[in-house]
Amino acid sequence: MKDKIFRLLLMLSAALVLFICGGMVYSLVSGSLEAFGHFGFFKFITTAEWNPRPDQEEYGALSFIIGTLMTSFLALLFCIPFSISVALFTGEYFRGSKLSVIVSSVIELLAGIPSIVYGLWGFYALRPLMEQLNLSTQGFGILTASIVLAIMIIPYASSLSSEFISMVPKDLKEGAYSLGATRMEVIRHVILPNSGSGVFASYILALGRALGETMAVTMLIGNTENIPRSLSSTGNSMASIIANQFGESDGLKLSSLIAIGLLLFMITAVINFIGKLVISKFNKV
Amino acid sequence: MKQFLLFVCMLTLVSCSNQDEKRLTKDSISGAGATFPLPFYDVTFKAFTDSTGIQVTYGGIGSGGGIRSLRDQIVDFGATDAFMSDKDMAKMPREVVHIPTCLGAIVMGYNLPGIQDLRLTGQIVADIYLGKITKWNDDLIQQENPGIKLPELNIYPVYRSDGSGTTYVFTDYLSKVSPEFNQKVGCGKSLKWPAGIAAKGNPAIAGLISQTKGTIGYIGSEYAFAVKIPYASLKNKSGLYIKPDNESISAAAAGDIPADTRTMITDSANPQAYPIACFTWLLIYKEQSYNNRSESKARATVDLMYWMISPESQRLTTEVNYSPLPEETLIRARQVLSSVTYNGRPLLKQ
Repeated sequence: MKDKIFRLLLMLSAALVLFICGGMVYSLVSGSLEAFGHFGFFKFITTAEWNPRPDQEEYGALSFIIGTLMTSFLALLFCIPFSISVALFTGEYFRGSKLSVIVSSVIELLAGIPSIVYGLWGFYALRPLMEQLNLSTQGFGILTASIVLAIMIIPYASSLSSEFISMVPKDLKEGAYSLGATRMEVIRHVILPNSGSGVFASYILALGRALGETMAVTMLIGNTENIPRSLSSTGNSMASIIANQFGESDGLKLSSLIAIGLLLFMITAVINFIGKLVISKFNKV
Repeated sequence: MKQFLLFVCMLTLVSCSNQDEKRLTKDSISGAGATFPLPFYDVTFKAFTDSTGIQVTYGGIGSGGGIRSLRDQIVDFGATDAFMSDKDMAKMPREVVHIPTCLGAIVMGYNLPGIQDLRLTGQIVADIYLGKITKWNDDLIQQENPGIKLPELNIYPVYRSDGSGTTYVFTDYLSKVSPEFNQKVGCGKSLKWPAGIAAKGNPAIAGLISQTKGTIGYIGSEYAFAVKIPYASLKNKSGLYIKPDNESISAAAAGDIPADTRTMITDSANPQAYPIACFTWLLIYKEQSYNNRSESKARATVDLMYWMISPESQRLTTEVNYSPLPEETLIRARQVLSSVTYNGRPLLKQ
């Protein structure tokens, strides 16, 4: 009896998740039909024009797609060296020691900080620094947003990769050591190849988080509707344009914003799919 | 299993008692919309609840969201900074009336170390935002400020990145004083700007201005007065330099306004008026009997509207850095409110 109820509960909750996800896709698609119908799907994603003036409305998502991809991949790039070293520190070098417990809990604490706090820190601390270093005239832009994003996603990448690194079988490592391998060689030839797909998965997770991050990016990216042409130039990401403009929009503009939401959903899905594909290939080898 | 059943029983009991409680309390009404008057609405709605026992909840989701929520009939009243056009009104399921609640203004905040009393004209502000004036010591600005030595510093105009009624009022004024601005940028809640940097919301604009030398930006007066940022005097239609304060903002609304109160009061002809002032409105349906709403709820809604234009509520405006409505506007608002009905019968007792 208990078993049956438990089974039913599981089924219901699984169905509920599917139902909610399906509902989201439905409402995104039905909300964006007006924009896609008006501009055409292909034209919508290849136009960089964003003109909300009532008599000459024209909306395209290209500059925001580029803004999102630039900030997210740059953040991923910045976060790799830090998260790999943190993961090796807590998962291999000082595994189980007090020091590693402290480091990993501090890193996990970073994940719990609300993104508005990151945004404020970027606004009041990082932005003046960027200005002083003459990296950008007002301190806003792709680079500033990416640095803060990188810090935000380090805990996601490092805590998961550290798990995978510490899961590498002891026998393999001890075998390598007994053959006279140095620690560096063990890491390069035993640990990383064995935990590679897991580490890769943790970076995909971190990237997914960077793609959708809204508040901190909105506060730091500069919020101008143009294609960012350099690291110091300002732009807008898909999430930040929605956050900026959703409150006061209606009609075609509202539909265009929902269409951007749908595109973001699709990009995240594609990146997750690619991640899964790479992991399964890795595992076969 | 027993425990599970017990849990379900308790859950039902809890939900039942909740319903009983609801039946006992008075009506509660809800609204959503503009963020600009939010601090004022917070205090005046609370004062209303204290004196009547009617609960009022308000969500500051933006004017557009407020109009959408009223159209979908999920709130009892909406709120907006930009009045609804005839076209927008036609999209609503039934006739909507506007009740003005208070006055605000848009001030030009700036960051020029050591310079306290900057004077600007609408034309100069428009040219700065068009990217035509780029230095603070430009002859045009220097002419308006004969007593001040302006520095040779780049001007960074700041605009709102989010759709905002503040932007609407500001660009309405600039479009009135500069035909070129009207043609190149126009008037709207969010626009395509030829120059400047963007920030989200009044706090970010004010933060940016106070942190960066050479910036100028438009800020809601309620926010600028509260954070005490330096702001410029503007030359009004009569050629006088006016600092924004409660008197000069209220003066902008003085005089004859349309019977339905839907009007922009920027660039006022009144010599005492600050040129970028605006009303903010609450929106309700003229016929309050819809969607099975009870008469007591309709009455509570109208009572709240009546409270908003009462002397007690108007006195609260200045405490939170807004300006009270002038007498003529209050008379108009009362007339509008007396046209609101429930099943065809007027709701306002008088």
